[in-house]
This record gives sequence, C-alpha cells and structure tokens, in this order.
Amino acid sequence: MTNLVTLNLRRWGPFTLLMVALLLAPLYLSDFRLIQLGKFLTFAIVAVGLDLIWGYGGMLSLGQGLFFGLGAYGFAMYLKLQSSGGKIPDFMFWSGLKELPWFWAPFSSPIFAIIASILIPALIAAILGFFVFRSRIQGVYFSIITQALTLLVSIWFVGQQAYTGGTNGITNLGSAQLFGKSLMSPEAQHGFYFATVVALILVYILCRIVVTSRFGRLLVAARDNENRLRFLGYNLVTFKVLVFALSAAIAALAGILYVPQVGIISPSSMGVVPSIEMVVWVAVGGRGTLLGAIIGALTVSFGRSFLSESYPNIWQYFMGALFIGSVLLFPKGIVGSIQHLYERWVRRSNNQEMQPSPVTTEASSPEIIVNIQPSQAKGQS
Amino acid sequence: MDAAISQVFNGLSLGSILLMVSLGLAFAFGLMGVINMAHGEFIMIGAYVAYLFQSIVAPFLGGVEPGIWFLLAIPAAFLIAGLLGALMEMTLIRHLYGRPLDTLLATWGVGLILQQTARSIFGAPNVNVSSPLWLTGGFDIGAGLLLPYKRIFIIALVLVVVIALYFYLYRSASGRRLRAVMQNREMASCLGVRSRSVDAITFGLGTGLAGVAGCALALIGPIGPSLGTYYIVDAFMVVVLGGVGSLQGTVMAALLIGVSTSFLELGTTATVGKVLVLLLIIAFLQWKPSGLTVLQTR
Repeated sequence: MTNLVTLNLRRWGPFTLLMVALLLAPLYLSDFRLIQLGKFLTFAIVAVGLDLIWGYGGMLSLGQGLFFGLGAYGFAMYLKLQSSGGKIPDFMFWSGLKELPWFWAPFSSPIFAIIASILIPALIAAILGFFVFRSRIQGVYFSIITQALTLLVSIWFVGQQAYTGGTNGITNLGSAQLFGKSLMSPEAQHGFYFATVVALILVYILCRIVVTSRFGRLLVAARDNENRLRFLGYNLVTFKVLVFALSAAIAALAGILYVPQVGIISPSSMGVVPSIEMVVWVAVGGRGTLLGAIIGALTVSFGRSFLSESYPNIWQYFMGALFIGSVLLFPKGIVGSIQHLYERWVRRSNNQEMQPSPVTTEASSPEIIVNIQPSQAKGQS
Repeated sequence: MDAAISQVFNGLSLGSILLMVSLGLAFAFGLMGVINMAHGEFIMIGAYVAYLFQSIVAPFLGGVEPGIWFLLAIPAAFLIAGLLGALMEMTLIRHLYGRPLDTLLATWGVGLILQQTARSIFGAPNVNVSSPLWLTGGFDIGAGLLLPYKRIFIIALVLVVVIALYFYLYRSASGRRLRAVMQNREMASCLGVRSRSVDAITFGLGTGLAGVAGCALALIGPIGPSLGTYYIVDAFMVVVLGGVGSLQGTVMAALLIGVSTSFLELGTTATVGKVLVLLLIIAFLQWKPSGLTVLQTR
C-alpha cells in the first residue's frame, strides 16, 4: 500500500508541482516573461508528443515542426480573416488576388479552423506514416524522409506568396477579436496562457496513459525489437501510424496555441531547423520520461532567449555543443540522470536497511528487465 | 527537342553534383549505419577553400586568369575536408557506434558549429569565386543551345572521381578492406582488418569528396555559410533511393534524381518538382524498400 503511494508520488509529484508553479506564474512573473513562458509551454507540448514517438517508440521524426507549423497556419488563417473584417487579407490584395481562395473561406469559422488545424496535420502524418511504415522503413531513413517533407513544404509555403503570405507568413493578427477582447489585450493573453497550461496538462496525462497502457508497452517493444513483435503476430503498421498521427496532432495543437500568443507565423517557424531543435529539447530533458520533454523545452528555450539576448554570436556554438553533449555525455538527459541517481540512492539505502538480498532488488527493478531486451536483440539479428 | 537536350544536360549536371556529394554519405551509411548531418558543411568547407585559394594563392601563380589556383584548390579541398572528416570520425562518431539516431543529432551539432565558425571567419554575406577564363562561355551545339563549359567541367570532374573511386574500391587493398568491413564487420575484424581505421579512412574519403563538390559548386554560384544545406537533403534522398554501399546504386540514384528533378521542374515550378521527386521516391520504396541495390552480406 505504501509502495503504491510512493510510486504515484514519484510518478506524479514532480509534474504536479511544476504545473502548480505554472498555474500560479501570473502572480510572480512580469507580463513580458509570462507571454514568453506561454510561448515556451507550447514548445513543451510539442516536445511531449515527440517524446512519445521518439523516447518510447524509437521513431525520430524530424518533421514535428511541419505539423506544428501547419496547425499554427490553420489558426492564423482564422485570426487573419477575423482581423481583416470581411475584406480579403492584406497580403492577398498585394499579390493581386481579388477574391478569397476557396480553401480559405471555411476558416472564417473558429470551430472549423481548430478542427481542421488538428486533423490536417494528423492526416498528413497518417498518410506518410502508412507508406513509410508499410515498407518497413525505420530508423535513420524515417528521420530523413520526414526531414525532406518538412523542407519541401516550408519552401513551398515561401513560394505561394498569394495564399500563404510567402516569406513573411501571416502577420498583423493583433486586431483580431476573441470573445469581444482584442487579441493583444492582457486578458486575452492571460486566457491563452491558461489555455496552454491546461492543454499541456491534458496532453501529458494522455501521453502518460498511453505509455503506461498495454499500447505503450507495445510501443517500447516495437522500439527495442520490431521483428520479434512482428513474428508474434502484431500488425505494427496501423499501430505506428496511430502513434505518429497522435504526435502530429499534439504538435498541431501546440501550433494553434502558439499563434495567438506570438501574433505571427512564418515558414521559418516550421522548417528543418525548428524541427530538429524540437528534438534537442527532448534529448536535453531526457527522452522516454515525458516530464523531461517539458523541462528540456523550457530549459533550452529560456537558455536560448537569455544567451541570444546577451551574446547573439555564441548562441549557435552553444546550440551545437548542446546537440553533441546531450547525446555523448548525458544521453539520459536531465530527468533521466536525476531518476538514475535517485534509484541508485534508493537501492543503496535499501541495502543498508535490510540484509542484502540481491535477488529481490534485482527483480523488483523494472529497468533491468527492460535493459536485457536490446542486448538480446542484437545477438539474434 | 532542344528543350529536351538542355534538360537532360541540366539533369546530368545536377545529378553529377549530387553524386559527388552523396558518395561519401552513402559509404559512411553503408559502413557504419550513420548519417552525417554535417556533410553539407564539408561542401561549404570545400567551397571556402576554393575562395581562399583564389584570394591568397592565386596572386603567386600568375593571378586569377591561368586558373592554376583552381586546379590546385581541388586536391587541397579534398585533403582539408577529408582530414577534418577523419578527425570528426575519430573524436565523435566512433563513440556513438550502434546509436545511429544519436549520431544524427551529434553531427547536426557539428554542422551548426562549423556554420557559425564560417560565419565568424568569412562573415555572413555570400562571397564569389570568379572562374578562370577557360571555363567561361560554353560549347555551342547549334540551334541556339549553349552548354556552359563550367557544367561540362563539373561532369568531367565527377567522371574522373567515380572512375578513381571504382579503382580504389575494387582494385586496391584498402578498398577491398572497406568492402569486407561493409559486408561483415565482425568477420573482417577476425581476419585482421582494422575496422576502426577503415571507418576513419572511409569517413574522411567521403567528406573529402564533399569538399571537392564544394570546389565545383564555387564555380557556379555564390558561397555562403549555409551553402551545404541546399544540397544535403537531396543527397540524403540519393542515399535512400540508391541503397546502401554500392557504387552503381549511388550513381544510378543520383543521375535519376538529377534528371527527373530537372524534367519535373520544367513542367511545374522548382519546389513542386522536388515534392514530386520525393513522392516518387517514397512510392518507389513501396516496391523496393531497400533501394535500387541491395548489399549482399554473408
């Protein structure tokens, strides 16, 4: 009984503390920092979705920025139509369009905009995933293909000036009205901040449920030995497509929350570079922990804003070192390392309290059982 | 008809550049299962070597005109990019053996650092390399079609590189060791092949070829710190399409992608053409998941 309590405390305690701190943030942060934090929390949402497929599923998607961007563009289309007040958006007028393109028209409804912004990226991920996983493309190949798609779509968005705003993206969303409030008013911004925190909590709980369920154990099994799972009779295509689409939908949700807080979306926020930076958030925080994804996204983003404010030139060196260091020196990330230290400490204090009984301590540690899998897999393949 | 000839020519030219860039990627991937995300930056290094030779070495060799500096810049770019690549293999990639996704991230970090270094040394704006006189102008094949000498030179250069590589791989002891390690690392090690040094040599060879490609690219466009990023994704596609570890597969894939890109761009726009090529590659992988050629392992 006490074991169950400590387990739940360990699993949910840090997350609950973090979320309480975030919900109370308007009390102790300036408006500037709060808006910044809100933006970084949308990144944390993407990171949780990425951790689900990469940390647990072993699929390193370099296309999360694409899904994030598509979600953001979808909601930006609504905000743009709303702020243009019945006329066609300014950039279309400048590009010589006389009428609203047919695919823009339905985005004047907020409900449609939100649903479409989530479903379209999920659908794209599902279609890409279906073809990629069906031919058993995995590992590095999957990463490269998602990256190529991201690159091409972002270039394509730049080229379609009249429909997407080109390089500038969709801008000047400030005059949009939501629930009778201007988008840039403090009330609206606070509203978006809380919406983001709530979305993060829901996404985290959803992902936590997924990874602790049977589904999640299959996900880890697929990461460690896909062939064995296939021999056991599982159809991994549907399964991986579902998880990939889910993570794309999560990224798109983050994009929807990102746009109203930042007031602009451009191809530079959805290209190859942002996509791979999303990966480093997860790597720094600790992959396969979910909580690490949140902490990594916040740490790296705040570190970036601090460093690039003070020393714009060294930021990129630092980022490069972070990529190398996070895989070479700290492959477990922040949360993973803390967990590791904590477990070692618990084991040591257990050993001191009772007489050493190596059999029970080894068997009760799930980590060891999991670790056997990859080494066996290597021997057999 | 004329349009078709010029498109085939453009396609061959694009394909030959892609080939030189992707050979190194393909061999490192076949050998170690890693994808070098910093590969594009070695192209950039090669291009800046050409720039440096033009601005520093050329005055000692009779100025820009005779173009001796450029002929010297090609082996120099190969050596510099190759040594840096071998160094990167020995200090970084070796420690990530068996973790391909981690290697991908770490090499991306190296790429960021190299780009920023170039930006600090040469400045963010693009620089230009003016090509020697004997490479300006073009070969007139009639009917108003002009095949630029620069492009012909690049195709010839790639041809020389591929032939040299063929002899290295299939006719030299070092190349035989490379193929042995690629086919079966453990068995090759048991028979006394130092697989570690094969890794470093192959990796350096690959980045060296990227440096040569950079030299060639310096002829046809401006050079900037992010030069490599324009070619790298296409080069990845060549590796995916060509399959692992064979010269023929990479050659076929590079030419196929080059020619089909230039034809699809003719009918549509440049980006739509590239999107179509990507979709065609994914469709092709449905039929042959391991690419054009399959590595025979024993």
